[in-house]
Amino acid sequence: MRFSLTPEQQQLSDLVQRFLDEQYDFQTRRKILDSPAGWSRQVWSKLAELGLLALQVPEEQGGMAPAVVETLLCVTAMGKAMLLEPYVSSAIVATTLIRELGSAQQRKEMLPAMASGDRIAVLAHLEAGARFDLQRVDTRARRSGSGWALKGLKSVVLHAPAADALLVSARTSGEPNERAGISLFAVAREANGVALVPYRTLDGVCAAEVSLSDAPGALVGEEGGAFGGIALAFDYGLAAICAEAAGALQAILDTTVEYTKTRKQFGVPIAKFQVLQHRMVEMLIHVEQARSMSYLAAMRAAEPPSRERRRALAAAKVVVGNACRFVGQQAVQLHGGMGVSDETAVSHLFRRLTALEIELGDTGFHLEQFIAASPAEGTELG
Amino acid sequence: MDLSFTGEELAFRNEVRAFIQANIPADTRRKVLEGLEISREDTLRWQQILHQHGWGGPNWPREFGGTGWDPIRQYIFEEESAAAGAPRLLPFGLKMVGPVIMRFGNAAQQKRFLPRILSGEDWWAQGYSEPGSGSDLASLRTRAERKGDRYVVNGQKTWITLAQHANWIFCLVRTKAAEKPQAGISFLLIEMKSPGVTVRPITLLDGSREVNEVWFEDVDVPVENRVGEENSGWTYAKFLLGHERTNIAGVGASKRELARLKRIASKERKNGRPLLEDPAFAARVAQVDVELMALEITNLRVISAEAERRAPGPEASLLKIKGTEIQQAISDLMMQAVGRFALPFRREAMRDGFGGEAVGPAYAAPLAAAYLNMRKTSIYGGSNEIQKNIIAQTILGL
Repeated sequence: MRFSLTPEQQQLSDLVQRFLDEQYDFQTRRKILDSPAGWSRQVWSKLAELGLLALQVPEEQGGMAPAVVETLLCVTAMGKAMLLEPYVSSAIVATTLIRELGSAQQRKEMLPAMASGDRIAVLAHLEAGARFDLQRVDTRARRSGSGWALKGLKSVVLHAPAADALLVSARTSGEPNERAGISLFAVAREANGVALVPYRTLDGVCAAEVSLSDAPGALVGEEGGAFGGIALAFDYGLAAICAEAAGALQAILDTTVEYTKTRKQFGVPIAKFQVLQHRMVEMLIHVEQARSMSYLAAMRAAEPPSRERRRALAAAKVVVGNACRFVGQQAVQLHGGMGVSDETAVSHLFRRLTALEIELGDTGFHLEQFIAASPAEGTELG
Repeated sequence: MDLSFTGEELAFRNEVRAFIQANIPADTRRKVLEGLEISREDTLRWQQILHQHGWGGPNWPREFGGTGWDPIRQYIFEEESAAAGAPRLLPFGLKMVGPVIMRFGNAAQQKRFLPRILSGEDWWAQGYSEPGSGSDLASLRTRAERKGDRYVVNGQKTWITLAQHANWIFCLVRTKAAEKPQAGISFLLIEMKSPGVTVRPITLLDGSREVNEVWFEDVDVPVENRVGEENSGWTYAKFLLGHERTNIAGVGASKRELARLKRIASKERKNGRPLLEDPAFAARVAQVDVELMALEITNLRVISAEAERRAPGPEASLLKIKGTEIQQAISDLMMQAVGRFALPFRREAMRDGFGGEAVGPAYAAPLAAAYLNMRKTSIYGGSNEIQKNIIAQTILGL
């Protein structure tokens, strides 16, 4: 039982924190947000230079996987800075997918290019009717010549406009609600038959609806056997956004505490009012509980599948999701008019937290997952 | 970072588990697991069993006869004890006055008092609150006037837990009228059988006689029973408040109670199905469950920081607030689980060995009383509002 970091981990954490403090301050981020793409290739290259895109790449392709604690620390720092670049989408979720499902050839071809920042891939999985249900896939793939042709519509694909490659799930057999029969395909974003309707999400991240009409795809992994890999990649993503939220939560609490110490009304800093003090203590408790669960999620995600692991990951997203909502809303409230202004960091953090609660399964969904994974109780009493 | 116990810690856990399984008296265990009344004898007998095994002071250093366990082992011990249905050890001696005597008492006091806490020969009570001094404890008015080598104590303490069983009480008393109320307080050890001490029980909302008023009328206390310096008692009281981190959240006991809630909700029926499968009820149970999981990690973070002598992050106050919120939520859900059978209120049915006819399921009998009783947790030991003031000042710097 140990929560301390090794000197190397501390060093990496400091390095990332320093980079973000110096080169990703609020105004810089603001410019990136307002740019047409909504993300910065320059920042992406810098993340690659720092080695951060290789944390989930296996050693044989020059990476550091599993790097559980390192990933946790980096993503927490990125959450504080509200990074707009596709770190979780590409460097964690898509990288995990290629690592787990890709052939030796595909790993060799894709992972080093992703680690060096030359190539960005994102998973296009969930569909309009699926809500958060991972096994509900209606998109179809059929053999076409030596390859495959995909047909269907993927919804709210985060960072799709930034990606070179889309990792698209499609059914090669089975019913729309079956785990078996789901396959994964690498599809070039620029390929014929791929059309994106791009937009921004509520927190400014680039995303798109992706429609596929006989789009050419290369099978990644076994035909019909992609579900396990996709679920695993979602779990790594879930652990990552818990860490990201922990960082954003700390940032919004710090901002709020600072603001109430400087904002004066009735001749005193509003931080002197007990009703606000207690509100901030309640926020702090949520933040600490969410941080605890971000640790638990990071550790459990890397373990082999088990009921305990499922419960812990679902529980983490519930605790973090509740914290995102409560702390975000109260931070806006305590900032008064400034809280609802687009100019302030607090409103951006609030939007980020709102999005994080929804991404990869909202609180209600994961509460159900938690219940489903909880063991049935024996009926013996006492 | 590693959230698993080490091999040594796991071996220790197995040792503790095996010892408790083999030595916990069956009747005591049953009472704890079924939420029935725990007697003075249950508590004392368990303290003595542990003492004979050398475990009478799980949180004490070796030099005073304790186990010398680090905070993580203390945590494991508390957790295993709670899970196995061991009664809670009395905190007033082991966790309150004991550590104060170790830190601020003189050698004679240490020799005289500490062994008798371990053996269970002395039952201590805590004499802090007064009718006009609850959260504003420093305004206390019980006076101790110095007369030669004695103090003469006059005043009234209240909400004294289990004072009816105690033979000693540690008290905060006013020894000087100072400008700053904290400055004139001393820490006295008073024998309950001293002439002039009167104990009057207070009946609580659940019908229990758990707390008392204690009156002091010209009570003679030898000066040698003062701990530390005269007028420095407030410092010792504050030391005591921040001391407890391993079990203030009560994670082990809450896990045990949550398991009981789930057992009850599996037995209860709604629309012919187990209540635990009702989506609305299941969601409420799950919400408490996930918060308890998070609290466990938060608790471990705090004690591991203590073990590694890093500055602890979120402090004891945070653990106290969240821990008591969870304890109350569980007791609330447990009562609601049995529906109308929470209404019959029969104290005799809350005792072990009740042979009368049950009204509704037997497990329902103590649930309403427990719900009512648990309201105290967010009030005692520094109300949760006071804890929030402490966090606002010390962690947030407001």
